[in-house]
Amino acid sequence: MTAEEIYKSLSAKFGEALVESKLDAPQPFLVLDPKRMKEVSLFLRDDEALQFDFCSCVSGVDYNNGKLGAIYHLASMVHKHKIVLKAFCTRENPHIQSVASVWGGADWHEREAYDLLGIIFDEHPDLRRILLPYDWEGYPLRKDYKVPEFYNGMKVPY
Amino acid sequence: MTETRTLPTRYVTHPGELKTSSGRSLRTDEMIINMGPQHPSTHGVLRLEVVLDGEIVVDVIPHIGYLHRCFEKHAEHMTNYQQVIPYCDRMDYLSSMNNDWAYALAVERMMKIEVPPRVETIRVIMAELQRIASHLIAVGTYGIDMGAFTPFLWAFRDRERILDLFEMTCGARLLYNYIWIGGLSHDLPPGFVDKAKAFCTYFKPNIKELNDLLSYNEIFVKRTANVGVLPADVGINYGVSGPTLRGSGVNWDLRRDDPYGIYDKFEWEVQVGKGERGTLGDCWDRYIVRVREMEESVKIIEQALAVLPEGNVQAAIPKRIRPDSAEIYVRTETARGELGFYVVSDGTASPYRLKARAPAFVNLSVLPEISRGCMLADLVAIVGSVDIVLGEVDR
Repeated sequence: MTAEEIYKSLSAKFGEALVESKLDAPQPFLVLDPKRMKEVSLFLRDDEALQFDFCSCVSGVDYNNGKLGAIYHLASMVHKHKIVLKAFCTRENPHIQSVASVWGGADWHEREAYDLLGIIFDEHPDLRRILLPYDWEGYPLRKDYKVPEFYNGMKVPY
Repeated sequence: MTETRTLPTRYVTHPGELKTSSGRSLRTDEMIINMGPQHPSTHGVLRLEVVLDGEIVVDVIPHIGYLHRCFEKHAEHMTNYQQVIPYCDRMDYLSSMNNDWAYALAVERMMKIEVPPRVETIRVIMAELQRIASHLIAVGTYGIDMGAFTPFLWAFRDRERILDLFEMTCGARLLYNYIWIGGLSHDLPPGFVDKAKAFCTYFKPNIKELNDLLSYNEIFVKRTANVGVLPADVGINYGVSGPTLRGSGVNWDLRRDDPYGIYDKFEWEVQVGKGERGTLGDCWDRYIVRVREMEESVKIIEQALAVLPEGNVQAAIPKRIRPDSAEIYVRTETARGELGFYVVSDGTASPYRLKARAPAFVNLSVLPEISRGCMLADLVAIVGSVDIVLGEVDR
C-alpha cells in the first residue's frame, strides 16, 4: 500500500485522531493525537490490508520549541510497506499514550524515550528508567540539559 | 482407627511449579538472585534479576545501562557528520564495519549521494567478512557457555585471519573507521584480493569441522534443542530481528527485503531455522542459522571479489556535510539484526538528533518472554543464543 492509501483508510476510520500528514516527504509520516495512539495502532496492526506487525523503532525528539515528539517507524513484513507515525506533546505536559501493549518491541524503546527525554507514556506497563541509573536526575537528551557537576554527592571530574 | 495406606510419592515437575503425584504443591518461597553484572555467560556487563522457584525460572528482569555513554548525545555535539563514525564503531564492537555502513548509508541517502561501484563492492566484502567474524564469536562463545572450550579456540583462530585482512586494509583490528560517508577511508591494499580469496578457500572446510565438533555434538544438542523456544509471532511482535528471528523460521533478511548496497547482484539464500533437532525457534535453531549464514557470506564474498571493479573509492561530496533540514530512518542487516539509524538534520554540520535502533537492545527485550519456566542452567543457553553485545544494548 502507498502512503496515500494508508492515510485514506486511517482517516476514514479515525478522522480527528489524524492531526496532520505529510505524504510527499521521502518517508511519509502521519501525526496522531497523542491520546489516541493505541486504538489507531491496534487498527494498523490488525487490519488485513495494513498489517503493520513490526515496530522497528521509537525515537524521542526534543524540538527545542517546547515540543517533544515520539516517532514510530512501522513496517509490515507481510505487505512490505512502511509508515512513520508521530505524536507530539509539550514539555509542560509530556504525555503520550503508550503502544507497548500493541507491539512488545515498543516497550523498551518507550522506556528509553522516557529515560532520556522525559516523555511519559501513559498506560505503559513498566515505565522505569532503562539506560541511566534509577536515581538519575534530569533527561539528558533534552536540548537544555546541563551536565550535573555532582552525582550522589560525588564530583564528576571532567 | 482406620488404617491409611500411603502411596510412595512421585515428583513431577511442571514449569514454574513442583507437584507431587497427588497434586499437592511443593511450591516454596521464591528466591531472587542476580546473574551478573559480571557473569561469564552474560557476554558483557548485564544484570539479570532472576526470580527462582527452586531451580525453575519464574521471571527474568534484565537491568541494562552499565555501558551507557550516551552515544546519541555525543553525536549531537560533534562538529561534523563524519566524526560520528568512530562512535558507531564502538556500538556493536564485534561488527563495526556493519555499523559504519549503516550510518554512512543514512547520511548518503539523506544527501542523495551516489557512491562509486568499487565502493559498493568493497563495502559488501567488508560487511560479509565482518559478519563471519561476528558469527564466529557468537558460535565460539556459545560453545563455552555450554561447556565446550575447544570450539571457541577454533573459532578465534579463523577470526584472526579476518582481523588480519582488516588490519592490512585500515590498520585496526577491532574498531575500523573504514567506511566513510561517500566512500571509504582508503582503497584496498595490494594483495588484498588474493588473501581474501585464500581465506575463503581456507574457511569453507572449517565450517564442516565446526559442525562435527559442536553443532551436531550430542551433548550440545541436548543442552540447546527444545530450550528457549521463541514463536515466530512473538518474535515479530517484539521487533526481534536477524538470526534470532530467522531461527524461528521467519524468512526475513533486510539485505533482500529492504535492499541496500548491491546484494541483489549476488546469489545467496536466506537461512532459516527448521526445528531439525527440536522445536522450531529453539536455541539450537538460532545457533545453526548463524553457522549457515557464514557459508552464505563466504558465497557473497567470493562473488564480490570476482567482480570487484576498478575506480575511485570516494564519491564527490561537499567538504562540509550539511544535509538540508530533513529526517530519515535507514535500516540495515548487521550480524545481529536490524540496525537502524534515525537521523534528524536541521541544516547544520552535526545531526540535530541521532537515534540508533540497536538490534541487540530489541532482541534482549524478548528474553523474559522466552525464559519463563525454564531451568536456571538453561537461562545461560538462552542468553547465549540471543547473541547480545552490550556495547550496542547500552550505547
